[in-house]
Amino acid sequence: MARFMFSSPTVRTSLIFLAIALVGLLFADIAITASNPWRDLGNFFLGIVTPNFFSSEGLMTALLRTVAFAFVGVALGSICGFLLALVYKSLPVRIFSAFIRAIHELFWALIFLQFFGFHPLTGVLAIAIPYAGIFAKVYSEILEEADPEPGRVLPPGTGNITAFLYTRIPDCWVKIRTYTSYRLECGLRSSAILGFVGLPTLGFYLDASFSQGLYSDAGAMLILFYVLVATMPLWVRPKLLPVYVLGAPFFLGEGLPIVWGNVERFFTEDIVPAPLRNGEGLTGLMPWLNDLMINEAMPGIWNTIVLTQIALVATGILSLLAFPLISSHFGGPLRRNAGNVAMVIARSTPEYILAYILLQLWGPSMLPAVVALALHNGGIIGHLIGRQTNSIKLRADAATGFNRYSWELVPRVYRSFLAFLFYRWEIIMRETAILGILGIYTLGFYVDSAIQNIRFDRAMVLILVTALLNIGVDTLGRYIRRKLALQTMPTC
Amino acid sequence: MSGFDLSGLTASFSGKRVIGPLSLNVNPGDKIALVGKSGAGKSTLIRLIHERVDRDSSLIPQDLGLVNALSVFHNVFMGQLDKHSTWYNTMTLARPFAKDRAEVHTLLQSLGMTEKLWAPTASLSGGQRQRVAIARALYRNAPVLLADEPVSALDGPMANSVMTDLRDRFSTSIIALHDVELALNYCTRIVGIQDGHIALDQPSENLVASDIMSLY
Repeated sequence: MARFMFSSPTVRTSLIFLAIALVGLLFADIAITASNPWRDLGNFFLGIVTPNFFSSEGLMTALLRTVAFAFVGVALGSICGFLLALVYKSLPVRIFSAFIRAIHELFWALIFLQFFGFHPLTGVLAIAIPYAGIFAKVYSEILEEADPEPGRVLPPGTGNITAFLYTRIPDCWVKIRTYTSYRLECGLRSSAILGFVGLPTLGFYLDASFSQGLYSDAGAMLILFYVLVATMPLWVRPKLLPVYVLGAPFFLGEGLPIVWGNVERFFTEDIVPAPLRNGEGLTGLMPWLNDLMINEAMPGIWNTIVLTQIALVATGILSLLAFPLISSHFGGPLRRNAGNVAMVIARSTPEYILAYILLQLWGPSMLPAVVALALHNGGIIGHLIGRQTNSIKLRADAATGFNRYSWELVPRVYRSFLAFLFYRWEIIMRETAILGILGIYTLGFYVDSAIQNIRFDRAMVLILVTALLNIGVDTLGRYIRRKLALQTMPTC
Repeated sequence: MSGFDLSGLTASFSGKRVIGPLSLNVNPGDKIALVGKSGAGKSTLIRLIHERVDRDSSLIPQDLGLVNALSVFHNVFMGQLDKHSTWYNTMTLARPFAKDRAEVHTLLQSLGMTEKLWAPTASLSGGQRQRVAIARALYRNAPVLLADEPVSALDGPMANSVMTDLRDRFSTSIIALHDVELALNYCTRIVGIQDGHIALDQPSENLVASDIMSLY
């Protein structure tokens, strides 16, 4: 029996990943370094239950800016993504899209900050560019799935645009709309965390409140953010959408004017590798690159991979533990409602904010990052799997309790669970790299330090390395999903 | 052009020949019924002929080719997309012009579908969907009709009335039919297909139902 189970490819793959994560734990830096972590955590929760909504007028402005950046960024990203999707068959377009989406919003923001400064364009482009890459991929998949038959019966001589408008768009419209509005929710999260690099969104005020120990202010901000995300179906209406999209650019704030000299200098001097800039030529470039690779890229890659693998397995375990909370096969309505609220909170808090909060409370190590990534991603996958179990009809005399969980439900949902997990592998890695900005030694840490030291040439190479690593994991994840014949819809 | 000579028609499916080589001479005014048991290659033959005479034919494929998210009006209007500019077609998508509305409305009257003019085709029954595809072919108004079981989901009286319409509106037609009765009543020439080849080709007045049954 046991042999039968271990010979199943899905179980074997899971065990291999579990083993990798356990080995990773030996190398990982997992510790609580804060002197009094539990008191801080207590204070934080006290702040959540005693939110202070009226401490500063900045809060409402931050909320407004968060929504405005999300709308403008996602709208621009979806338009560009749609245009890219039309020519997605071309290999250069596919590579370009994969590249721009492999770079995290915060990295894009850090890049644009260097030459546009605190101009609204920085925040808008930081969201729009990676989102355009994601939209291009998903839209092209949706368009490809359209029924080809109506196109075949069109009268010959029908123009391309007419044919597209009549046979493709109507068939895909609902899917495109659903996916775009789902992305808008992701956009709100992206917009919120842009505040951590200084843009005027929620993250900025959260950072300010935390550093002053104003936990009640931080709590109010988080609660408002959850309410904003949870009420989206109420205020994001198709009829109101044009109003939002056209109005949003006027609420981005003034920011600071763009200094065009900076833009020019950034491209012609700052990002040119130092040896080339100093006229040392290619002979100087190799040692420079060598030093960068050995002292920064390699440790960054190593820590990013270790943390990603641990977080991936932690996410999987948490998802499997959490899905019964919302499954109709267990417990009563009260438990399910409580479970639902917990899962909504877990998945609507960006991993960056979770990691930031936990780092403040527990001190720097990989632990806050693992817990943050597992909570956020586990919340998403647990929710999807839990919802899936609700459509499973068990026979009337099916086992109950833990036997129902382990014999009836887990075997039925395990494949789609793995599909979601491997789909999110690349997302977890992208986030892991970015969490380095908070002081964990992943690639983001080295990127951020290079920028702090005004060594943009090094930062650009490290961002490039990060992008390639993400593309590699994305390819590997897709390979494993195909090998195990796992299918899934995109999540963000 | 409404007569044509089709020769050397062949089709293979995963390495196995399912049609031909087969030749068929279609004279202007011919109303041909393709008969034969299912799997004999009728649908494939219709598709092959369509590839040859594309520009001058109205097609009713077996799976209808409707855009489910669009209304009945728009699906019918698609029969004449080539006659208008892109601008005109795009405007029609948002708000159809009165002239086209009236035309499509009249067309749907004979099919008993006027009350569904603005319903999305996804909401229709199988028989109603089939009538939308028929209306599109009629609206297309090409000289040749190519149809694959166009009345398979319609009841007796409606099937007869649609077959009358198709006979009167198209000067030349090739229709795959499994209903021998309809084939004899509405077509002038019966072509029987067996194992991808023509096993029978006779004017319908020379045939009775039992002659055709030997193909099955």
